[in-house]
Amino acid sequence: MVSVMARVAMLFDAFRCTGCRGCQVACKQWNDLPAEVTHNTGSYQNPPRVSSDTWLLMQFREVEREDGGLTWAFRRYACMHCLEPACVSACPVGALYKTEEGPVLHHNNRCIGCRYCMLACPFEVPTFQWDKGLFEGPQIKKCDFCVDRLSAGMEPACVQTCPAGALMFGDRDELIAVAEARIQEHPERYVNHIYGKDEAGGTSLLYISPVPFQQLGMPKLGSAPIQKDAEDIMQKATPAVLVGMLVGLSGLYWVVKRRQEMMGKNGGSGTQGDREA
Amino acid sequence: MTREIALRRPPISPAVVVLGGLFVLGLVAAIIRYVNGLGAITNLNDNTAWGLWISFDLLCGVALASGAFITASMVHLFGGERFRPLLRPAILTGFLGYLLVILALMVDLGRPDRIWHLIIFWNTDSVMFEVGWCVMLYTLVLALEFSPLVFERLGLVAPRRLIHALIIPLAIAGATLSTLHQSSLGSLFVILPEELHKIWFTPLLPLMFWLTAVAVGPAMVILESTISSRVFQRGLHLDLLGDLAKVIPFVLAAYIAVKFGDLAGSGELDLLVDWDLESGLFWLEIIGFVALPMVLFSLRAVRESSGWLLFSALLVIGGVILSRFAVSLIALGRPEFAASYVPHPLELAVTIGVVAAGVAAFALVARYLPLFVEAAPSTAAE
Repeated sequence: MVSVMARVAMLFDAFRCTGCRGCQVACKQWNDLPAEVTHNTGSYQNPPRVSSDTWLLMQFREVEREDGGLTWAFRRYACMHCLEPACVSACPVGALYKTEEGPVLHHNNRCIGCRYCMLACPFEVPTFQWDKGLFEGPQIKKCDFCVDRLSAGMEPACVQTCPAGALMFGDRDELIAVAEARIQEHPERYVNHIYGKDEAGGTSLLYISPVPFQQLGMPKLGSAPIQKDAEDIMQKATPAVLVGMLVGLSGLYWVVKRRQEMMGKNGGSGTQGDREA
Repeated sequence: MTREIALRRPPISPAVVVLGGLFVLGLVAAIIRYVNGLGAITNLNDNTAWGLWISFDLLCGVALASGAFITASMVHLFGGERFRPLLRPAILTGFLGYLLVILALMVDLGRPDRIWHLIIFWNTDSVMFEVGWCVMLYTLVLALEFSPLVFERLGLVAPRRLIHALIIPLAIAGATLSTLHQSSLGSLFVILPEELHKIWFTPLLPLMFWLTAVAVGPAMVILESTISSRVFQRGLHLDLLGDLAKVIPFVLAAYIAVKFGDLAGSGELDLLVDWDLESGLFWLEIIGFVALPMVLFSLRAVRESSGWLLFSALLVIGGVILSRFAVSLIALGRPEFAASYVPHPLELAVTIGVVAAGVAAFALVARYLPLFVEAAPSTAAE
């Protein structure tokens, strides 16, 4: 598939972003996604969240500057293509998978529509086609990193269209170096943190921002993948309980039965009668 | 061998008409959903991907079916032969519970036509994988445990003997699968450390779901016995129910210990005096639906009164329903979109239709199959 680069990634620089939403339109155009009927939410942002027809959305937030004034904060809201994705871990039929090259993709012909991936994703990215009946076959939809363009040696549509240079496509390690250099060169512009370098086990999308990331709308996440406890339960606790219960209950049955037989023999009808009464 | 007590009545009663009507209403809603999509009859959306059907039909449905494995374990594994008169109705309640869970899932799943994909595509990291397999396997076990009623009615001796020979392995498999299933429903929410409120989130959710399921099993047997004794005008095994209820206080005490121990361990006890929605729910559950029935069930006078037994059982059942809704819906905040979800009336119609189908099926089995058998120690080993 993607033979050009080992581990593709994308850097989003919220300082450079002008909120033009060219990326959002380019995403719709390349992926042939229809427009959405929407409503005014009191901001330039539109629609309110990503959906099966909108895989990339620029969110607009007004945040307070240090000098007391207000400034816009623009957040790229789309799949983060986690290095250890919770959605992939959660999918019971393995419909979601992480490719060697980076993109997290979805086999729609496997999906049973349980929507556990939507719950599991800490970024609330996977979306469902709520208006499709059984015959149309509803699907889970999300950003696929323009994997078709990558295979043809092109950049993702959003990156190619960005006029402000806020999006950069490349090797993950090189992009981390670029991000570090930008923060070092202009410490007054950026919060000293690269979001996605370690969050939730690391993501293929890396963000740098002039405002704290929680104000940008990113969830506060530790460096461990959020599915770690659940996977421990599946890999360690479940097999232990399974074997333990089968052996333990069989043993218990044998002991109880043996004791009842002994009591039947020795104690005569007295004890046995009491038990049956 | 067994004496049948079920009463024959005319086939069409007002109850049948009402239950049938409710079922048809749910069916119509389901058909609209199959044609026009889940959005047509639900208030589910990308912010709230799981709603009433997962919280009630799946989570509560499975928990309230636990009377089957508790009673089967008592009778077959723990030497509680005297509880045998409670066994068949408990198995039936559990079996119907699981069939109704599957029925509801066939409406809730986006692609119900691909449910069999669970069998051929495996992801053993996924808790949902365990949930799916437990539903399939335990429903099979329950069907086998229920099958003697059909074989007896039809006079088929050979298959009846075969099931009897397998009854101990079936009971062991049933208790094991139930434990895995009840706990895995709690594990489903262990992947939500950020979204689920800290009072309710814990990696011990599987243990808590299992403990509450064990406590609610005897409570469901009490509920189902009390109702059938009134509806079918048959005697109530009050002594047996009282004995069975003795286990409940111990399980509820363990549940309280785990709840507080977990919060103390993670240093989150102070959250309980925040007096917000989540801490309010916590105290409501612990005091009203756990501590109160724990005290009631430990009183001899309660265990000897059918009215008090029923009341206390309803408290335990209410507590389990409350806790399942708390974890899967109420305390599950999506910080970005404080979207409030209220079930669509047609979502409710599907749930009511499913429950109506279950009640009707129970009544039909009670009428046409040897569901209620006398305690007969001499024929127990038939």
